[in-house]
Amino acid sequence: MNAHSTSPAFKENAHRALNDPALQRALGNVETGFIGKRRKAAAKLPEFEDLRDSARDIKNHVLAHLDLYLEAYEAKVTAAGGHVHYAPTAEDASRIVVEICKRVGARTVAKGKSMISEEIELNTALDAAGVKPIETDLGEYVIQLRGERPSHIIAPVIHLNRDQIESDFRRVHTGLPEGRNLDAPESLLAEARGILREKFLAADVGVTGANFLIAETGTSVIVTNEGNGDLSQILPKVHIVLASIEKLVPTLDDVSQTLRVLARSATGQELSVYTTFSTGPRRPGDVDGPEEYHVILLDNGRSAMLAGEFRDMLRCIRCGACMNHCPVYHAVGGHAYGWVYPGPMGAVLTPSLTGVKEAGHLPNASTFCGRCESVCPVRIPLPKLMRHWREREFERHLSPAPVRAGLAVWSFFARRPLLYKLATRAAMSVLSLIGRGKGRFSALPLAKGWTAGRDFAAPQGSTFQARWNAQARTRR
Amino acid sequence: MSAEPRPRVGLFATCLVDLIRPSIGFASAKLIEDSGCDVVVPEQTCCGQPAFNSGDRKTAKALAMQAIDAFQGVDYVVAPSGSCAGQLKKHVPELFADEPELARRADAFAAKVYELMSFLVDVRGVTAVDARFEGSVTYHDSCAGLRELGIRAQPRKLLESVEGLTLTELKDSDVCCGFGGTFAVKYGEISDAIVAKKSDNVAAAGAGTLLAGDLGCLMNMAGKLQRQGRPMKARHVAEVLAGMGDEPAIGEPQA
Repeated sequence: MNAHSTSPAFKENAHRALNDPALQRALGNVETGFIGKRRKAAAKLPEFEDLRDSARDIKNHVLAHLDLYLEAYEAKVTAAGGHVHYAPTAEDASRIVVEICKRVGARTVAKGKSMISEEIELNTALDAAGVKPIETDLGEYVIQLRGERPSHIIAPVIHLNRDQIESDFRRVHTGLPEGRNLDAPESLLAEARGILREKFLAADVGVTGANFLIAETGTSVIVTNEGNGDLSQILPKVHIVLASIEKLVPTLDDVSQTLRVLARSATGQELSVYTTFSTGPRRPGDVDGPEEYHVILLDNGRSAMLAGEFRDMLRCIRCGACMNHCPVYHAVGGHAYGWVYPGPMGAVLTPSLTGVKEAGHLPNASTFCGRCESVCPVRIPLPKLMRHWREREFERHLSPAPVRAGLAVWSFFARRPLLYKLATRAAMSVLSLIGRGKGRFSALPLAKGWTAGRDFAAPQGSTFQARWNAQARTRR
Repeated sequence: MSAEPRPRVGLFATCLVDLIRPSIGFASAKLIEDSGCDVVVPEQTCCGQPAFNSGDRKTAKALAMQAIDAFQGVDYVVAPSGSCAGQLKKHVPELFADEPELARRADAFAAKVYELMSFLVDVRGVTAVDARFEGSVTYHDSCAGLRELGIRAQPRKLLESVEGLTLTELKDSDVCCGFGGTFAVKYGEISDAIVAKKSDNVAAAGAGTLLAGDLGCLMNMAGKLQRQGRPMKARHVAEVLAGMGDEPAIGEPQA
């Protein structure tokens, strides 16, 4: 089953988020932490815009020939001694992981950061099977301590402030001295590292995601900043890679090009601290590496997207730039979106994966300001794709009744210019008379969403067209 | 030497200007005339964007065709709004992409469409206006104009030529004000939170007047500033450039 969703309650979620002072304080970091860094990194690289074109073209090419690349990739993984498992659904993917864990008698699983594991709710499945998942990414570790979900695809705890994490650590890490100083983010990291180190060594299975899968070599690639992903995949005797099918790229060269836009778009780094390539299990003579290497390729609705108008979305390389630049995300944070993927990319992807009936609010809750598209490293036309969802909703009569009614009245008049002229001239004159004294309205019955927090300007008087025509007559 | 013929410009006033603030229409007409063109105002309603962005392609197409028909026989179609001009220039051709016969008409129409500032500076080569405005202003870059049509330098260039005016840049001038058309009502609470940040930035800019090129955004920002009791006035950039900056500001009582 897909992860539990609260997307239908987007408005209520947003209301809560807007009234949560701690969250609002934390969200300030999104604007200050990412935008300037990306801008600088992009400006420093003269060919950045060309690289975006190139990354788009690479992904488009893969999507056009995905079947061939999947077969080629599988052959290479197998040749390197690894195993490829196809998972049509989220349940299938979780089941395959659990089966491997049971077969090798695993008690604990060390996990690197993986949004696919969130999508398939892997931790729930592992817990149910009596296998303990241990998140090793600092952010994911905090999320696990709090029993939450990530609120951002690359910065899972962007919704939290340092002091909140400190109090979680003091609550959970009970064996440590009470008077220890945890004021600096580095001290939090050091404490988590100390605790996680033992768990890495004890883990029987390591699960990681993949930023890329390379067809040419059968390699999976992860980019991280903490090194936890490397330990997760090298120390345990079994390494499982969880990846969705669109992560494929043809060659090592293609990865090198795409990596040049990924970190710059995400965090403004030229490259993330670790970029790790894994190909198959440990070979004779290797100093480390797992004994077994598995790749689980998740479809979960993606092959259906390939054939339709949402195909462009499959280019996404999960950098998070769209949400980092989104005014709606800045206002409400990631949890309000109610499922795994927030922000503009989530507003397009989530309805594809959970259904537009479930996630219809998401593509509607956008001002179409276009800032997401302007920073997307693979140039996904996010507003256009959100609009496609609105079209599907409209066709299927899923749009809210008041919206449909308002639109119907408006278009009735807008399509009849003569009637429009008479009606608007009369209406504006009346509104203008009522609003004249103050020049604006502080409440309007049909626009409460507006006037709850803002005034609404009163019309100047008659319409422009009426005045223009009157003047033209006197000129003649 | 014979004078070059004056181009015939169809002014697409936009429905908001038509209904709420006709002075922007008159200011636009003056600026276009001053740039050496004749202005006509064909009978018009709406560019269809509210329908288009609500997923109602059928109505969007009907309104687009209505505009295409109404503006036959003009050399240019000019709108004092990046949002409506963006709809007519960028999205109308998309609507008819699969219908070759109509697509030709839509493309030919779209090629004639310009946002006002871009028309004056990029098409007509205007470098200065004959206007006076006493005071400091700040400028918000509306999203569609900025990102769909590349409008950023043009209004600033013309504002530089206004006597008595000083321009103070607005922090995050390129960030959405939260209007988003029907979004402002459908998701009013979020829209309000976004415009509250904009209002803080406008206040911090320290200018007495906020200018922009789209009435929708201006009404949103003016409405927030006024609700918060802030003294900044909001006007369309065309009004100041046309020397009509003494008209009561947006949402202010009529004299």
